[in-house]
Amino acid sequence: MEALARSLVNFVPVLGGVPLWTITLLVMVASAAVVLVFALTFEGVGSLVLRKVAGDIQARIGPNRVGPNGMLQFLADGVKLVLKEDIIPARADRLLFRLAPYFVFVGSFAAFVVVPFGVGLIAADLNIGIYYVMAVTSLVVVGILLAGWSSNNKWALLGGMRAAAQIVSYEIPVGMALIPAVLVAGSLSLQAIVKSQGGLFGIFGWNLFHDPFAFFSFLLYFTAAQAETNQTPFDLPEAESELVSGYNVEYSGIRFGLFFLAEFGDMFIVAALATACFLGGWNVPFVSVAALPPVWGNLLSLGVFLGKAFTMVLIMMWVRWTLPRLRVDQLMRMSWKYMVPLTFVNLLGVSLWLLLFHGKGIPQMIASLFG
Amino acid sequence: MLVQFATVLVFIVLGAVTVALMLLLSRLFAPSAPSAVKLSTYECGEVPYGSSWVQFNIRFYVVALIFIIFDVEVALLYPWAVVFRSLGLLAFVEAFIFIVILLAGLAYLWKEGDLDWVRTLQDARAGKGGK
Repeated sequence: MEALARSLVNFVPVLGGVPLWTITLLVMVASAAVVLVFALTFEGVGSLVLRKVAGDIQARIGPNRVGPNGMLQFLADGVKLVLKEDIIPARADRLLFRLAPYFVFVGSFAAFVVVPFGVGLIAADLNIGIYYVMAVTSLVVVGILLAGWSSNNKWALLGGMRAAAQIVSYEIPVGMALIPAVLVAGSLSLQAIVKSQGGLFGIFGWNLFHDPFAFFSFLLYFTAAQAETNQTPFDLPEAESELVSGYNVEYSGIRFGLFFLAEFGDMFIVAALATACFLGGWNVPFVSVAALPPVWGNLLSLGVFLGKAFTMVLIMMWVRWTLPRLRVDQLMRMSWKYMVPLTFVNLLGVSLWLLLFHGKGIPQMIASLFG
Repeated sequence: MLVQFATVLVFIVLGAVTVALMLLLSRLFAPSAPSAVKLSTYECGEVPYGSSWVQFNIRFYVVALIFIIFDVEVALLYPWAVVFRSLGLLAFVEAFIFIVILLAGLAYLWKEGDLDWVRTLQDARAGKGGK
């Protein structure tokens, strides 16, 4: 950020008189605003695509009235949510009820700071990248618990408690399944993790192909992350048929919309982490991005990253409309009795592999065979 | 490094400001006509019965406790993963012992039935698992 601010000062001499920290701050706010616009657009379009995919999978049409082919439906939804009456139940805890959407939305938006969109396109390449994402997305749990408890509604309380139990249960497998990427890269920074997967045509360097344990880690991560974000085979906190809508049942208007936006934000974060940690991130196949001029390198890597991430989001939607919901005891059993031991053993497998083969994956070994 | 963490602060503030702006927008444009029935708690159309701030099942606390224990281990394994390549065999042996102890703890919880969501009172009192 500071480097960017310096080059901006060099580029526009008029800014020379302004203190550097002001310009740095402005650059930060500008980059945050760009990411915010991206996040909100994704969340809007995502809600439309989700319903279109649902329509296709369930052999019906889906939204098709607003705009060509229903493409503007999400704008209409946004306007509708703003124009709806915002009701706070008389018996709710008003302060906590108002506070909950802040936690949920900010927790999901703050994770975008470390999403590596391209070679140089990252808001801040924190040296604790993955750790930071895990920490800040935990705010969402706090928000959901606040929402569930403060509503003073039985459905909301049950939904909130279920959500908290589920999210914390699946946080262990999520955290453990991401460690192999850290092991291979030797760093927590997401840019370093993406760069470590750059070799071998930009495809075979992916952690996904590194060794069988890493491949299995990816599957474990993706499953556990779906549960952590309350996606549909694991959407018990919302379970329409038993809990009406779960923790957000008393929320209306734009306050409900904020929960909805955060849900799609979390979805993107999961897809982005899966892409960055296992699918090679922004590495472009067959092209060395670093060798290109910065503008083209950034555009190309941004396109590749978003392409991979959106594919992951589509797979999540596909899973969502294909599998039936689990029962609550099955859900807890799956996390604690199967996924937690599996991720621990899997972690030992990856570290043993790295130790035995001096950090080389299967593709690297094959490549070294051919010189 | 501090500059990078300042970016985090900017993101958090901007996120909160966005939420506040959306709520303000809604307050400006949305109608507001509260009535006693509208403000009552939703209970599928019935008249709400009692408060919902009541005792709930102890198993939620058990899950939270187990989570805290295992989350600390995960937090500990991240720095280990960063330096693993440079420490080599020593790091592997230590992590192996660590994980075996953890899995022994998990096996104990499993045997005691604390990982079961549904179990009868008799089973719980006898310290046995459910289904």
